[in-house]
Amino acid sequence: MNAIDSYITPDGRTIGAPVMEMKNITLRFGGVVAIKDISFDIREGEIRAIIGPNGAGKSSMLNVMNGFYHPQEGEVHFRGEKRGPMRPHQIAHQGIARTFQNIALFKGMSTLDNIMTGRLTHMKTGMFSQIKWWGAAQREEVENRELVEKIIDFLEIQTIRKTPVGRLPYGLQKRVELGRALAAEPKLLLLDEPMAGMNVEEKEDMSRFILDVNDEFGTTIALIEHDMGVVMDIADRVVVMDYGKKIGDGTPEEVRTNQDVIDAYLGVAHD
Amino acid sequence: MIYREAGDFKTSYAKDQQTFPIAFDRWGYFITLAFAFLVVPFIINDYWINAVVLPFLIYAIAAIGLNILTGYCGQVSLGSGGFMAVGAYAAYKLMTGFPDLNIVFVIFLSGGITALVGMLFGLPSLRIKGFYLAVATLAAQFFLVWLFNKVPWFYNYSASGQISAPERSIFGYAVTGANALPAVSYLFCLCFVVILAWAARNLTRGANGRKWMAIRDMDIAAEIIGVNPLKTKLTAFGVSSFYIGIAGAMLFAVYLGAAEVGEAFGISKSFLILFMVIIGGLGSIFGSFAGAAFMVLMPVLLKNVMVGQLGWPTDLAAHFEFVIVGGLIVLFLIVEPHGLAQLWRLAKEKLRLWPFPH
Ligand SMILES: Nc1ncnc2c1ncn2[C@@H]1O[C@H](COP(=O)(O)OP(=O)(O)OP(=O)(O)O)[C@@H](O)[C@H]1O
Ligand SMILES: [Mg+2]
Repeated sequence: MNAIDSYITPDGRTIGAPVMEMKNITLRFGGVVAIKDISFDIREGEIRAIIGPNGAGKSSMLNVMNGFYHPQEGEVHFRGEKRGPMRPHQIAHQGIARTFQNIALFKGMSTLDNIMTGRLTHMKTGMFSQIKWWGAAQREEVENRELVEKIIDFLEIQTIRKTPVGRLPYGLQKRVELGRALAAEPKLLLLDEPMAGMNVEEKEDMSRFILDVNDEFGTTIALIEHDMGVVMDIADRVVVMDYGKKIGDGTPEEVRTNQDVIDAYLGVAHD
Repeated sequence: MIYREAGDFKTSYAKDQQTFPIAFDRWGYFITLAFAFLVVPFIINDYWINAVVLPFLIYAIAAIGLNILTGYCGQVSLGSGGFMAVGAYAAYKLMTGFPDLNIVFVIFLSGGITALVGMLFGLPSLRIKGFYLAVATLAAQFFLVWLFNKVPWFYNYSASGQISAPERSIFGYAVTGANALPAVSYLFCLCFVVILAWAARNLTRGANGRKWMAIRDMDIAAEIIGVNPLKTKLTAFGVSSFYIGIAGAMLFAVYLGAAEVGEAFGISKSFLILFMVIIGGLGSIFGSFAGAAFMVLMPVLLKNVMVGQLGWPTDLAAHFEFVIVGGLIVLFLIVEPHGLAQLWRLAKEKLRLWPFPH
């Protein structure tokens, strides 16, 4: 595939050059091979889904992308450059944000504060102006608060602004976590099962938010999802993993008719 | 009906971030400050200043310090006594080594030195957590006390092994040494408390505080959103030790006047500060004050009641005090981990609805 290729989606969005390229990634935990020689790319502006049965290695793949796991083999290229050894917090500063399969919010803080933490990569005033507060620190706080309030409006969570997140129901927590990731204004947004455990209505809301984020802010998104219906609806392209291997890659239509994928989902039983 | 935010709508985000969003609280705060500065020095007697108010102010600084580390950043420390000793000995060395240095600088510099020492002992926190970190800080506590005992340079080779504060004054008023008037010492401490509490509030209300709390609540997620764990934990250790060092310097120079390290800054001091933070409320500046007030006042009150009124022997009263403190700690840990500060918040919630409960 040519790196400067771009394509137009059926609904008319232009998908650009690759933002992230995974090249021959292999990740092992002791004897377990979680990811086996997988390559794929994620392009500017697209919604890229990663699907596969339980234990296929999807979350591990996301963890490689944001530097949580270091693959034994292979290269990660982000925005045209090969990534050296980096800590996750450095990768966050490069513009990659994510949510977790098991919600990872800051339980002791309010919704507002949780989403404000998403702005930390953009907040630069030093400790001494923070001590002084009046002036630079307060100005920065207010500016970032304005953006966060927009996200709060966008996600329709105004009423829980000051509620400690530990007290929120599961679906709302997922939404707040999305808000925190969005607050970073990431170049690449990674979502690990954003709709897991939600009812139909909540799933529809979440799908709408994901589509809107992609549409309004042009954010590139990679997401893991089990619900095939949702994936077919919102993804531009899909990677299919099974037992750490890539068994399919293409548009939802192509993937759905791929015999290996059908076998993985219907045929061989996985626990 | 007076105490509420109705009719007190926030028109900007800056206003929404105020320390005291409710006008009533804001006024209460200013009145308390004015009272503390303008009225208290004239009405209070020396017994109260020495038995209650001075220790309260100084321990409040230490409690804010430990609260920053433990309450905001989630790093348990049993080394507060040792870090207070660092502040005290730094102040002693600075006062005796540089007699012309202003006492205000001495105290801030002592805090700075303690901050560096605290960051050094904070280094293991990147690798170890919770119980193991507590043990490591406990080791620091014993090491520091041992160090100040064993190396005579720290106490200027004095025969008694004690350190004692020479007289220093500002604006002609002695604040340390035998000639310091209690009211002057009080005002001196009060100035430090107000400035340091204000700084702590500012450090915890914005980006910096959120970094600390993110590490406290879930360090993995904190790292994912771009928080550097080592740097963040070390700033917490640094800032916390700065406060604790200042408290140590003031306890020694302003309050005690003379000190012996094991007695003044032993492990029991570490626990005292920790109890203040737990009872007052983890992660609350106000709670640090409440906890300090509680732990300072309670023994005085108990003694007055049990020894003064009931005529119990002093040692029995002292033991009873242990029982009460121990019981309260357990109670707070189980029932209200956010301490007195949370009880105060709940009381205010009720008050806001009063007199119509719904
Ligand atoms: N930190 C780890 N240590 C050891 N093994 C791990 C670790 N993380 C993942 N694995 C293993 O790697 C394999 C892939 O796990 P992963 O969580 O990536 O799967 P997944 O596709 O996300 O599954 P699910 O749909 O259940 O979330 C599993 O066999 C898992 O046990
Ligand atoms: Mg997973």
